[in-house]
Amino acid sequence: MPQSSNALTELGVAAIRAGVAGGAFTAVEVAEAFNAAVAAAQPALNAFIVPTPGKALEAARAVDADRAAGKALGRMAGVPIGMKDLFATRGVQTTAASHILEDFTPEYESTVSQKLWDAGAGMLGKLNLDQFAMGSSNETSYFGNVVSPWRRNDGGNTALAPGGSSGGSSAAVSARLCPAATGTDTGGSIRQPAAFTGIAGIKPTYGRCSRWGIVAFASSLDQAGPMARDVTDCAIMLEAMAGFDPKDATSLDMPVPAWEAGLSADLRGKKVGIPREYRMDGMDGEVEQSWQQGVAWLKDAGAEVVDISLPHTKYALPAYYIIAPAEASSNLARYDGVRYGLRDLPDGAGLQDMYAATRAAGFGAEVKRRILIGTYVLSAGFYDAYYTQAQKVRTLISRDFAQAWSRCDVILAPTTPSAAFALGEKSADPLEMYLNDVFSVPASLAGLPAMSVPAGLSADGLPLGLQIIGKPFDEQGVLDAGLAIEQRAGFAARPEKWW
Amino acid sequence: MSVDTATVARIAALARIRLGEAEIAAMVPELNGILAWVEQLGEVDCTGIEPMTAVIENHLRLRDDVIDADPLTGGGRRDAILANAPAAEHGFFGVPKVIE
Repeated sequence: MPQSSNALTELGVAAIRAGVAGGAFTAVEVAEAFNAAVAAAQPALNAFIVPTPGKALEAARAVDADRAAGKALGRMAGVPIGMKDLFATRGVQTTAASHILEDFTPEYESTVSQKLWDAGAGMLGKLNLDQFAMGSSNETSYFGNVVSPWRRNDGGNTALAPGGSSGGSSAAVSARLCPAATGTDTGGSIRQPAAFTGIAGIKPTYGRCSRWGIVAFASSLDQAGPMARDVTDCAIMLEAMAGFDPKDATSLDMPVPAWEAGLSADLRGKKVGIPREYRMDGMDGEVEQSWQQGVAWLKDAGAEVVDISLPHTKYALPAYYIIAPAEASSNLARYDGVRYGLRDLPDGAGLQDMYAATRAAGFGAEVKRRILIGTYVLSAGFYDAYYTQAQKVRTLISRDFAQAWSRCDVILAPTTPSAAFALGEKSADPLEMYLNDVFSVPASLAGLPAMSVPAGLSADGLPLGLQIIGKPFDEQGVLDAGLAIEQRAGFAARPEKWW
Repeated sequence: MSVDTATVARIAALARIRLGEAEIAAMVPELNGILAWVEQLGEVDCTGIEPMTAVIENHLRLRDDVIDADPLTGGGRRDAILANAPAAEHGFFGVPKVIE
């Protein structure tokens, strides 16, 4: 059937895969259509740090050749995707949106990206993000802010945050520059940007996706996951990304379930927990309303709704802002101007001066702030008061969830406390920015699978997301509840094209 | 607990990040704001609670004792390892003189 290239960029992962396999269009046609969309949007949205149209075409040609030869096609065959620039890609710059890694070209490929290429996906480019994945608005990138494709319905052109840290991923998927993208989530960096841009995204159980080759932020929290326009596409792509990897000491040695085949929106016999501590003082009325709507949808899908308590919820965010910076200060010690990345060697400087000058020049303000916090809470005399206490609180937060699972199968909550805010609106006060992760951080601290699905629009015309948190290893339960919401929400809103 | 300019200067030195006086002065209230906020963790009674070490139960594996089992992380990769070095010299990482 004849397809305009414009129509091809409307398709998601499942539709592209089916169309390529069935011969409705070629993988090369798809790659060309998305390459054109990426190039056209780049000046306005800045979603990519570097587009790689040649890589997308190369992968597409291989898929078309395989199909012509009658070979079996992979799970992502013919699907071009965006790759968050936190995944090491061999021969393609991998910057973590930082100056210090600006010229870093890996000699190796991350496990997750390799799995995607092996499944037949191609790379449209490396997506912008908050520097070292530290941020909630994509305003800390060395390569400039990502601008959300969404605008408020007030007729103005206020530039809005696409969320963070996977802000290039969320902007690109919602603007139809790619059918899906990788994200990483340390405290909400997949779910919050997905919610802000009206797309779906899932962070799997800690250990499902290998961290090998992902630039490390906080190793006990970092997890990769897919971001796409619907739940099915997330399931397909997560299956391609997940799996045991001996090169990651915390990788789960478990088979990858057939999440796509297992999808079911029939929630009869399932219990959905509503955590009372998430109903916070001064909660945004629209967020509260969307949450209630989500409860009604899940009941309609056959689930029983029960009230639950997660008593230590209010301590999750402060614990996170000790643990994550502590791990970051250790992980980022590797950037020293010796082995890779930037070197700043002032005249006559010795080794120590070179380290300090390199790191001063190479890290942005938020990264420095977090390294200093982390160094302080790990320093002699403060370690127990801050770090050990935070790790004990983390145990209690994890225990809260473990106890909740005796009463429910999944938990429903808002993803974010508000719809997208404007660029610049919260960047003056680090603490105010941190508070945006209040609903997403607890599941991260407990290593649980969690996803955001679009639920509706605010009065301003901006997307609101609902979050589903599941038991360890129960991505299926999370995806199923997400699907039930998706089918009932019928979310069809999209940003009006202005770029 | 709160930090002053001397403490921030000391942390920055530990973290090997050169900060000017103005940057240190600006960092003091920012860090104090964050530290005052995380202080609330002190309210939580953690008597008898073990600090978390592994968020998902997992066992630590030993890999097979085989040389170069994974060629990517095995030996003989000098040029690849040096490929991104800002100053590679004679097959080594180059650094400023350390011993006077």
